[in-house]
Amino acid sequence: MIAPHPETWVEVRPQGLYVVPGGFYVDPLRAVDRAVITHGHSDHARPGHRAVLATAETLAIMDHRIGAQPGQAKQPLAYGEVVRLGEVEVSLHPAGHVLGSAQVLIEYRGSRIVVSGDYKRRADPTCAPFVPVRCDVFVTEATFGLPVFRHPDDRAEIARLLDSVRLFPERCHVVGVYSLGKAQRVIGLLREAGWDRPIYAHGALLPMCALYEAHGVSLGDLRPATAGAKGVPKDEFKGGIVLAPPSAIIDRWARRLPDPVVCMASGWMRVRQRARQGGVELPLVISDHADWDELLQTFDDVGAPEVWITHGREEALMHAANARGYRARALALVGYEDEGGS
Amino acid sequence: MTPFAQLLDRLIYTPSRNTKLALIVDYFRHAPDPDRGWALAALTGALSFPGVKAGAIRELAMRRVDPVLFGWSYDYVGDLAETTALIWPERRSNRAWPTLSEVVERLRTTARSDAPDVIEEWLDPLDATGRWALLKLITGGLRVGVSARLAKVALAEYGGVDPTEIEEVWHGLEPPYGELFAWLDRRTPRPDLEDKPVFRPPMLAHPLEDDEVEGLDFSAFLAEWKWDGIRVQIVARGGEKRLYSRTGDDIGAAFPDVLDHVTFEAVLDGELLVVAGGEVRPFNELQQRLNRKTVTGAMLRKYPAFVRLYDILFEGAEDLRDLPLVERRARLEAFHARTAPQRMDLSAIVEFAGRDELEALRAGARDTATEGLMLKRRDAPYVAGRPKGLWYKWKRGPLTVDAVLMYAQRGHGKRSSFYSDYTFGAWREHPETGAPELVPVGKAYFGFTDDELKLLDKWVRDHTVNRFGPVREVTHGLVFEVAFDSIHRSPRHKSGVAMRFPRISRIRWDKPAAEADRLETLEKLIG
Ligand SMILES: [Zn+2]
Ligand SMILES: [Zn+2]
Repeated sequence: MIAPHPETWVEVRPQGLYVVPGGFYVDPLRAVDRAVITHGHSDHARPGHRAVLATAETLAIMDHRIGAQPGQAKQPLAYGEVVRLGEVEVSLHPAGHVLGSAQVLIEYRGSRIVVSGDYKRRADPTCAPFVPVRCDVFVTEATFGLPVFRHPDDRAEIARLLDSVRLFPERCHVVGVYSLGKAQRVIGLLREAGWDRPIYAHGALLPMCALYEAHGVSLGDLRPATAGAKGVPKDEFKGGIVLAPPSAIIDRWARRLPDPVVCMASGWMRVRQRARQGGVELPLVISDHADWDELLQTFDDVGAPEVWITHGREEALMHAANARGYRARALALVGYEDEGGS
Repeated sequence: MTPFAQLLDRLIYTPSRNTKLALIVDYFRHAPDPDRGWALAALTGALSFPGVKAGAIRELAMRRVDPVLFGWSYDYVGDLAETTALIWPERRSNRAWPTLSEVVERLRTTARSDAPDVIEEWLDPLDATGRWALLKLITGGLRVGVSARLAKVALAEYGGVDPTEIEEVWHGLEPPYGELFAWLDRRTPRPDLEDKPVFRPPMLAHPLEDDEVEGLDFSAFLAEWKWDGIRVQIVARGGEKRLYSRTGDDIGAAFPDVLDHVTFEAVLDGELLVVAGGEVRPFNELQQRLNRKTVTGAMLRKYPAFVRLYDILFEGAEDLRDLPLVERRARLEAFHARTAPQRMDLSAIVEFAGRDELEALRAGARDTATEGLMLKRRDAPYVAGRPKGLWYKWKRGPLTVDAVLMYAQRGHGKRSSFYSDYTFGAWREHPETGAPELVPVGKAYFGFTDDELKLLDKWVRDHTVNRFGPVREVTHGLVFEVAFDSIHRSPRHKSGVAMRFPRISRIRWDKPAAEADRLETLEKLIG
């Protein structure tokens, strides 16, 4: 028996990618009956589904982000465990993107497709590393799908931050980070680099940090960055590191900090014009997505003759994949964000 | 390259002057010689590699990169050097990172045709930031917002010396500034420029504001006319002679008629003018002689140059700068009487009994050769820079005319969406038909507020009759009161006159265009 090509049993619908013989969507863009969710970023984990299958960590993140959803059936699945949904077998494998992030392997009559969600290939002290899974079709993101995006070593980026902290001991370094993933990773990298002083965090980041800690990711001495009368004396921030959501770093919120050096940790910081537009003084190129080389390397690693591109810069990635002998197809799914968890 | 690349990478994101200073000082502390000297030269614009053009960079990228991917990437990044730096597919290279000195020294001796190969060898071992810095350095596109002045302040801070001390030696030194750093590191005494013909930082004046006039003790000051030429320094030392502009550029090659008569040893401060038939000529005649590398015999005859001296900094090897002005003046007069150089005279002292008399002199003087008065404290030494309270320029009030807007042109930078450069005209009778017509008499792009600019931009768009690229011709319906410092005859302009420093002083929304000034009125203002 010849295995059916995934083209014949996986469809692109307005709600998202639909697995026909399984009766479920992966990371649907609208509320559906049955959803398999790769990770907790809000563009991939949306509210309102009747039944959700994901890792326990992702389910916990969704509970925190979206709140309790009465009547929703939640099915946790550990990495590597296999479960049958309809006529297909489903298993989750680490994607290395954020805590709980998973690639979804779906097998139907000997045909295998992997929907990777968002992923990265670098080591991250706060989540399990990406595992290549052999498949017939690999479904990939293309957030950094241009060859100018080559992320440098994240330890070197953290070293630049710490150099700056040493050079400007009277100033406070405020680092823009997304609340799920980037915040905890930057804290983890700082700890690895030997920064054992307290790290201050904007109130919006604290619950997710607590959730990571509850899942065994220790972040060290983390304190709320509430300066002023009731909070931390302003002087305590001098020579310190404060993390905040990107929207807060050049906003009125940052004015309470002593002469802040505005930093931003994101893969987009690779392009100078983009960093300058955001008023960033110290861009840190730290990304939770695969860079250009890693996207192409991953195609080789999973051994799939065909790649489908969900979101990002598909044009260049398709061009490069074709040139390397892969069949490449853009799914043009609208609704995943560039910025979601970069 | 690493520390230099990281310095540049921080400077381009840093708006604050103090932060820039701290970054540069930190770099000077950690970078070795001669790298830091070359870096200093790069930051101050003293390095260039004319052999390497942007086209060579693109060609290099094409050796390694799929042109389709390069095109998309360039569209996204918007900068050729940065795109190439980021996209460069690194090959494993067992070469070490090149040092800044290696790059500078090698490129200086590399033939233009070999440059791409040399650069390619460097791109592999470097990282993206290093490649970006290298490509920016060699294509001359640093633009990290560091002025020569800021670099000098950083040097002063680094060495714990006064910035004027840096200024003092700066013009006698050359990249990679080994002597300078040796002195700042206290390994050697300050570089000795005693017997070199170096530029000495000049003493500059503050404008005297209207509200300061009342409180000023005029009896403590000497007055001179403020001559309408360019400030120069004549330096004759150790058998060599130079003519420097106010910023220390050597402009001597264009003024042999002055330098030929420098037969003394001294450093003199004065005003470069064109003087013909014993009379100072308008500034635009001097302009014919400026910004030239050489000068023709015809130019020398038509626009003879001349220096009006007002100060003496050195006589022979003797530094006079610590003497009070009145003593320097006496030394200058004696020096001038003794050496009697041709094509040089003394700027006369303007005698006055008190403020009222001086004010009357200032208001009465509409000589084209002067812009007003200079006031210099009698007891002040010659202090480099712009010290407070010692020298004032007291410009006479501007002249004004009412002129009619004729053309508007798009501005630059943040004004590029606005029609912000205005050409205006005065009325005359058509030479043949006798009908009234406007002739352009000047162009101005400042003197109005941002709110006024919005209104002017709208007016231009609503009253356009013709478009030529970025220029719009408008109906003759809006009058500007235009202020200017002086007006001269100019055969190059259709109107036969040219204004100095025209600016919009008022927008006369109310005034009918027909009532604007006539060309004859402007001609009467020619001094
Ligand atoms: Zn995404
Ligand atoms: Zn994500």
